[in-house]
Amino acid sequence: MTVESTTARKPRSGEPAKTAKGGQQGKSTRASGQRKAAASAKGAKATKGRAAKAGAVAVADEHPEDDLVQLLSPEGERIARPDYDDYVADLTPDTLRGLYRDMVLTRRFDGEATSLQRQGELGLWASLLGQEAAQIGSGRALDDDDYVFPTYREHGVAWCRGIDPVNLLGMFRGVNNGGWDPNSNNFHLYTIVIGSQTLHATGYAMGVAKDGAGSAVVAYFGDGATSQGDVAEAFTFSAVYNAPVVFFCQNNQWAISEPTERQTRVPLYQRARGYGFPGVRVDGNDVLACLAVTRAALEHARSGEGPMMVEAFTYRMGAHTTSDDPTKYRSDDEREAWAAKDPILRLRRYLEREGHADDAFFAALEQESETLGQHVRDTVRAMPDPDPMAIFDNVYADGSSQVDEERKAFAAYQASFDDGADAPAQGGE
Amino acid sequence: MSVQKLSLAKAVNESLRKALETDPKVVVMGEDVGKLGGVFRVTDGLQKDFGEERVIDTPLAESGIVGTAIGLALRGYRPVVEIQFDGFVFPAYDQIVTQLAKMHARSLGTVKMPVVIRIPYGGGIGAVEHHSESPEALFAHVAGLKIVSPSNASDAYWMMQQAIQTDDPVIFFEPKRRYWDRADVDTEAIPGPLHGAKVVREGTDLTLAAYGPMVKVCVEAAAAAAEEGKSLEVVDLRSMSPIDFDTLQASVERTRRLVVVHEAPVFYGSGAEIAARITERCFYHLEAPVLRVGGFHSPYPPARVEDEYLPGLDRVLDSVDRSLAY
Repeated sequence: MTVESTTARKPRSGEPAKTAKGGQQGKSTRASGQRKAAASAKGAKATKGRAAKAGAVAVADEHPEDDLVQLLSPEGERIARPDYDDYVADLTPDTLRGLYRDMVLTRRFDGEATSLQRQGELGLWASLLGQEAAQIGSGRALDDDDYVFPTYREHGVAWCRGIDPVNLLGMFRGVNNGGWDPNSNNFHLYTIVIGSQTLHATGYAMGVAKDGAGSAVVAYFGDGATSQGDVAEAFTFSAVYNAPVVFFCQNNQWAISEPTERQTRVPLYQRARGYGFPGVRVDGNDVLACLAVTRAALEHARSGEGPMMVEAFTYRMGAHTTSDDPTKYRSDDEREAWAAKDPILRLRRYLEREGHADDAFFAALEQESETLGQHVRDTVRAMPDPDPMAIFDNVYADGSSQVDEERKAFAAYQASFDDGADAPAQGGE
Repeated sequence: MSVQKLSLAKAVNESLRKALETDPKVVVMGEDVGKLGGVFRVTDGLQKDFGEERVIDTPLAESGIVGTAIGLALRGYRPVVEIQFDGFVFPAYDQIVTQLAKMHARSLGTVKMPVVIRIPYGGGIGAVEHHSESPEALFAHVAGLKIVSPSNASDAYWMMQQAIQTDDPVIFFEPKRRYWDRADVDTEAIPGPLHGAKVVREGTDLTLAAYGPMVKVCVEAAAAAAEEGKSLEVVDLRSMSPIDFDTLQASVERTRRLVVVHEAPVFYGSGAEIAARITERCFYHLEAPVLRVGGFHSPYPPARVEDEYLPGLDRVLDSVDRSLAY
């Protein structure tokens, strides 16, 4: 029996049902306390030198630069670090230009995505502006058979893994919740729930160890995620099973509106020691240092020595997402201070200083950047909405009678709008 | 000899053993599952025979257990994880709901999640708080998960085999108060479909639908009712997601009355879903509204009064009488 007419009907709303796009309201923000004051109120005195190796634990993070591994100064001067120099000794002018190109193109893609959100083509965008060196440096340290578990901001790492950047935009446009096969580039899907992927990375690494494979796994996460229980559990499991995983934390100083002081009393890299594996803090705006430190950490993992944590000390130059308003909680001075440490400018200065790149290189790269921007704009605008019936696809790998029943009923309902259709309406038996 | 009389716990154990023997990608993991063999001894002897790489004692962290199982599944393994008790699953609820259940869909079908989560559940053993709950509806509400519960040793053996072979995440609720009930298990039989319901006692006057620990109560209620001249049919649903509504509908169309029985609270319980669906499917066949018997909208009570909270023979028959009175 049917409960409604079987003749063609018009939607009651007068318009096709369609989800409104864009315009997500920003999360509420609240002013944070004075960061410096909060730190110094504890009477902290940062330890000179590499605290992890010296065994000292700072109570707060007043002089983070003291702990940084840095190979390039903000002015683009090469700083000798005997413990890490070997890890970048193979770099040629060509590979250095390659790192520069990666960062420029990633920033360009990221900027295009922000613009596309402003134009209503994307519902949301999480910009990586300022974190290019952390992502390209670590991403270029990986071998093909290594596996990456990203957050939702790892656009630079995705670039290094060979993911078409346009694929990253599907979930932000609202046409899918993922959009790529994780196994084709050893790059897992973006993970939005904070810290969840660190456990997946650990389990994957446990499997790598079981298989006797010589590869490693990298889990990306942020400073806010370090407060999550899942991250603590990932540290525990990886340590207990000696899993070949690198925990790459991009400390960009802000978890939406909350400064790192709301997440920790000790420098984040020192957390690792409590779990029994090494942690190191690297200048996250120094692509050479990020490359060197990640290579060292991967070597550590691959050689059977278990997990390692890298804290890339960097800065989120933009908003948390396009829905956020950082003017509510942080100062322009702070942003300007970090702008002076810009990762791309830094490498450019080095390339120019060493004579590794000429005007023709930069001009050609600018042209390539324009082409990428055009590709991104054109492809996103042409990206079709999914077929509504795809809602029922891939809910289960082995199928489910419940999904089958609902798919059938919804198809009949949709068909009831067709002129001349003689389909049973929803609810028919 | 393929037919053995096994307790339900031993049947799960034998099923896990078979899976470990036949598929090198199967790993068993959880708290105390190794040397101890689990607090209910369901994994007894497995680590001894298959080693610490296959039968893994984990840190005491449920989210970590499920989260790393997801990672192992991404690597090609088929983890069977144990959550020690029903009330301890909630630290893992986030991983189960936000990650495990959605991974296949998020990957556009490219990634499969063959993870079995074993949870001893339900009351009736005089346990302390958090050791007697029935949270199946909290999982059945989530698309991407499959939820099953055997009521006897034979089903426990075969449903575990099938759950491990499933390419989707399966929450496998084990009725802990039936762990020690023994039944014939034919390890060479051809099992029915994992999500198919079974008529375990035929009758003509009313259908009792149950799963897991309540099937035994319903069969006993039907026997008691028979002495009063009432003929009750008992359907063992076996699966809470998906639910085999076709089998249940066929039964209700014959008997015209349905009472759903579960230990979980009635409010928003699986009985509500069953009542709604059967009412829609069988509206012109029903002689009475679908009734439900289950736990109350209260925390699971202290053990000394759990017999009042749990549906027993009398409460089931009381609802049978109410239904027949329409």
